[in-house]
Order: sequence, then C-alpha cells, then structure tokens
Amino acid sequence: MTNLLIYPILLPFATAVGSLLLWRRPALQQTLSLIGSAGHLAACLFLLAAVVQDGIQVLAVGNWPAPYGISLVADHLSVLMLMVTGILGTATALYARGEMAISLRSQGFHALFQVLIGGISGAFLTGDLFNLYVWFEVILMASFGLIIWGQGRAQFVGAVRYVVINLLATLLFLLGLALLYGLTGTLNMAHLHQQIMTQESHGLVTAVAFMFMAAFGIKAGMFPLFFWLPASYHTPPIAISALFAGMLTKVGVYALIRTFSLVFLHDTATTHAVLLVAAGLTMVTGVLGAAAQNEFRRILSFHIISQVGYMLLGLALWTPLALAGAVFYLVHHMIVKANLFLVSGLSRDCSGTLELPAMGGLYGAKPFLAVLFFIPAFSLAGFPPLSGFWAKLLVIQSSLEAEHYTVAAVAVLVGLMTVYSMVKIWIEAFWKPSPDFGPDQRAIVPSAWKIAPVCALALITLCIGIGAEPVYQLADTAARELMAPQVYVRAVLGGAGP
Amino acid sequence: METVLAIVCGCLVAGGIYLLLSQNLVRMLFGLIMLSNAVNLAIFVAGGLTHTQPALIAAGDSVPGASMANALPQALVLTAIVIGFALLVFMFVLFYRSYEVLGTTDTRRMPEDGPARAYPSQNTTTRQEMGP
Repeated sequence: MTNLLIYPILLPFATAVGSLLLWRRPALQQTLSLIGSAGHLAACLFLLAAVVQDGIQVLAVGNWPAPYGISLVADHLSVLMLMVTGILGTATALYARGEMAISLRSQGFHALFQVLIGGISGAFLTGDLFNLYVWFEVILMASFGLIIWGQGRAQFVGAVRYVVINLLATLLFLLGLALLYGLTGTLNMAHLHQQIMTQESHGLVTAVAFMFMAAFGIKAGMFPLFFWLPASYHTPPIAISALFAGMLTKVGVYALIRTFSLVFLHDTATTHAVLLVAAGLTMVTGVLGAAAQNEFRRILSFHIISQVGYMLLGLALWTPLALAGAVFYLVHHMIVKANLFLVSGLSRDCSGTLELPAMGGLYGAKPFLAVLFFIPAFSLAGFPPLSGFWAKLLVIQSSLEAEHYTVAAVAVLVGLMTVYSMVKIWIEAFWKPSPDFGPDQRAIVPSAWKIAPVCALALITLCIGIGAEPVYQLADTAARELMAPQVYVRAVLGGAGP
Repeated sequence: METVLAIVCGCLVAGGIYLLLSQNLVRMLFGLIMLSNAVNLAIFVAGGLTHTQPALIAAGDSVPGASMANALPQALVLTAIVIGFALLVFMFVLFYRSYEVLGTTDTRRMPEDGPARAYPSQNTTTRQEMGP
C-alpha cells in the first residue's frame, strides 16, 4: 500500500482546478500548467522507480479492501505508459506555450489539457472496470472540448464524427460491463480473472469479450472501426492533435492488452485468433490509406492505424516475446508519433500549409528542421538503429517463432510501405524546390517553446534506439507480468483472495 | 419481468441504431439518447431483479437483513445516467454549433475536409481570434 499511486492523477486535477481559479490571469495559468505537467512527469518517474524496485504497487482507495472498493494498481505496463504520458504531457504543454497566444481567449485550454492528462493517468492506473469506464468518460469529455478548440470550420466536421463514434464505443463498453457484472457479480479486474476461470457458460463470456473488443477497438482505431480517426485528427491545433495522436488510441490499445491478458483468458483460441486477423488487416489498411493521402497530418493519422496493428499483433500472438514487443512498440510509437505531429506544426509555421503539393524547399531553408523530421520519421519506418527498428524486430521475430509466417510477411511489407509514405513527405515537403508562391521560409523562425520539445522527443527516440536494452528489459518484465496474471491477482486481492 | 425488460432493451437498441444510421444530426442525437437509456436499463436488469427490501440497514443493526436489493447496479446506473446526461448536453451544443457554422444538419452535405477547405492558409492566431 502506497500513496505514490494517487499523485499522477491528483496533480493534473489540482493543476486544472488551479488554472480555473486563475481564470483572469492567463500568463500565470500558462506557467502553472507547465509546472503541473513537469510535476506529473516527476510523479510518474517516482512511481516507475518504486515499481521497478518493489514490484506491483496497489492502493485500495479509501481503505476499502478489494474487491469491494476501487483499487489503483501499478504494474510495469501501467508505469511505462504513465512515464510516456508524463513525457508527452510536458512536451505538448511546452509546445502549446508557443502555439497558444497568451490571451483571455485561451482560458479554458489548460484546464481541459490537464483533465485529459489526469484522465489518461487514471485509466492506466485503475484496477476496476467500472472505474476504467469513468476514466474513459473523463478523457472523452476533455478531448471533446479540445478537438473543437479554436472552432475552425473543418474542426466541426471532424468533431461530429469523433464525438458520435466515441460515444457509441463508450455505450458498447458500458453494455459489456453490465452483462459481465450480471455474469460474475464483480467489477474488480483481478477478481474477474478468478471468477471467469470458474465460470461454466464460457460462450456468454466470449460474447461479452467481443463487445469489449469492439468498444476498445473503436478507441484504438482497429480494423474495421478506424474511419473516425483520419477524419478528425488533422483538424485541431498542433499541440492538441500531437497529444491525441500520441495518447488516445494508445489508451484503447492499453485497455485491450489489460482486459485480454487479465480478464478474458478463458478462450484464447477464439478471441486472440480474431485479434490476430484484425491486427493484420489494421496494419495493411492503415498503410494503404496513408499512401493515398496528400496532406501531412492525414498521412500521419493513417500511420497511427497501421502502427496500432503492430501492437495488437503483439497481443494476439500471446507469447512473452510478442507481448514485450507490443509494450516496446507502445513506448516507441507514442513518443515518435507525437513528435511527428509536432514537426508537422513546425513545417506549417515555415511553409504556411500542410498540403504536400504546396510545400517544398524546407531542406534548403531549414536543414535543422529536416534533421528533426528525419529522426522520428525513419524511426517510425523502422530504420536501424532508431527505436522503431527494435520494436518491429521484436514483433516480427515473435511472429516467426509462433510460426505465423503470413502475418510476419505482412508486417515486413507494411514496414516497407511506411518507408514509402515517409519518403513521400520527405520529397514533397523537404527535398523538392520550393514553389514560387508562399512566404520566405528562411525569414520564419519558430519559437523556442516549439523547437525544444521536438528536440527533446527526438533525443529520447535516439536514446531508446541506441540504448534499447534497458527499455527492452522493462518491456520484458511487463510482458512476463502480463503472462502470469496470478502475480497481479495476488497483489490486488492479497493471499488466496476472498 | 426480466424477459419483458430484455425485449424493451432490444427495441431501444434497435431504434437507436436505426436513428444513428440516418444522416441527420438531430436523429443521430435521439438515437444516442435511446441507446444510452437502453444500456442503463441493461445494467439495471443484469444486476438481477428481485422483490426484496431496499438496500438500507435497519436502525440499531450493523449488517443488513437476509434479503436486500443489490445496491451496486443502482449506483452504477446512477453514475452512468449522470455521465450520459453530461455527454448528451455537450453533444446537443456541438450539433447546434455545427449547424450554425456549417449551415446543415445533413452529414452528407457537410464539407468533406478536402485540401482547399481544411487549410485556407490559416495560422493558429486567426483561429484563436475566433475564440471559444
């Protein structure tokens, strides 16, 4: 029992309240938001250290023992995700400092931003399914506010799609929850694990499992439920879409990993086989969709989908190596993808547009920006020694070991197609001569608030790539914990359980 | 009783999905309201319907009597109703604002966010001036 678990949730909410209290002092609000994000990152790192040292940490909220009260649980998977949340939160808060003008008009932004971070942290930490639903709603509420931030015309079109499909996913989740409670009489995930193992009517549980898969699949952008994502992610301001791209679909992936490694283990032959097919199709459709696009952020949005396929593949293969690959992929992808969105913002500052045909000449005008794009882009495509190479290597190696040769071939092919898309952006935006119209790109210098987080994230990508071993060790430990749910169950319920 | 309520749930879901599939924002709103009510009802029914005492502990006792209604599904439904209500209110405002901005409630006639419309060479400052 440790109170360390509450801080990653408490700090963002406290910051949100504080920035609401500072409603008429936008500059102070801005500073407070930055301090809050840094504090959140520190809290996540402390928790990471505690979990690495002492194993799974559990906090029974209000001292109500599990399975009656809500428990917060931090295992290796949770804290790794939390750590990346902290990093991305701080990075996007810095970028937003450069992007959002300090004015009375941007009053609500910081509160929504911090609530989003707090909601995501809560979703990663909770050990209770209904509580997970509540965190999903917190995330949704904040993201609804953020996705129409600025209220541009295109944003409304994107927001309507985003809101309707996400509400539908949440309702589906809630319905699955209701039926699961009716079947087992509990909502604590560790307790559910025990209850489902002793259930006789496995058919019903499988039906509920598919309900959860569809609900989380919509959130994660899984095939065939991803159409809302590229229709909305390119519309909001850069800092917001970077945070969404880095975090939100990955909350869905996390929820899938958590439920299908802890709760729905009764019939892996069916559930994980469906996941495997869905993962393969997700990879292919995402990358093909990207090939057809001609707008910087739309290409990146489609690549989120294809990359989610790799993570689901890791879960679907259900071997320790594959799961370690999925966890490594999550960590790598969140940082790289958010960084690419931030780089797209810097490119837009210089070229005035994100339509690839109208861009060009950035390599000549801004060689440093070209380097900043090069690192995450080719990490995403899986070039050694960048982080994406190791992530892809782990997933593909594990699918070969599990003798799923078709999926392995698809994964390699999708990697090549990713290179195609990244090279397309590279040629169109950076390499080809600048079109005659448009501003003088040399004269524009993006603010240091925007460049600093991009540099920091690129540096982290390089570090994960060159020093992959420590991250792999953490991912491997996380995978071993996921493969042996008894440890998790014992940590939450204590002893033999009730 | 469970059978009747299960059928009611099914009808609500069917109606909700039907309305969602139409391409009018107002119908979609009603569809989501019906779906959300169907799910709330499902939680209530799945928790088990019994003719028992309310979930209250009699004065002087420290544990409830032998037969007592399960209070947890009711608490869950209450939470879900409150959250669902907040979401629906937000959606109502969003749909109204998109009607104002886009001039239509027909999703087919909403501008497909193609190249020219999505970025009319705007930068973030002009967006900010439009303000929330």
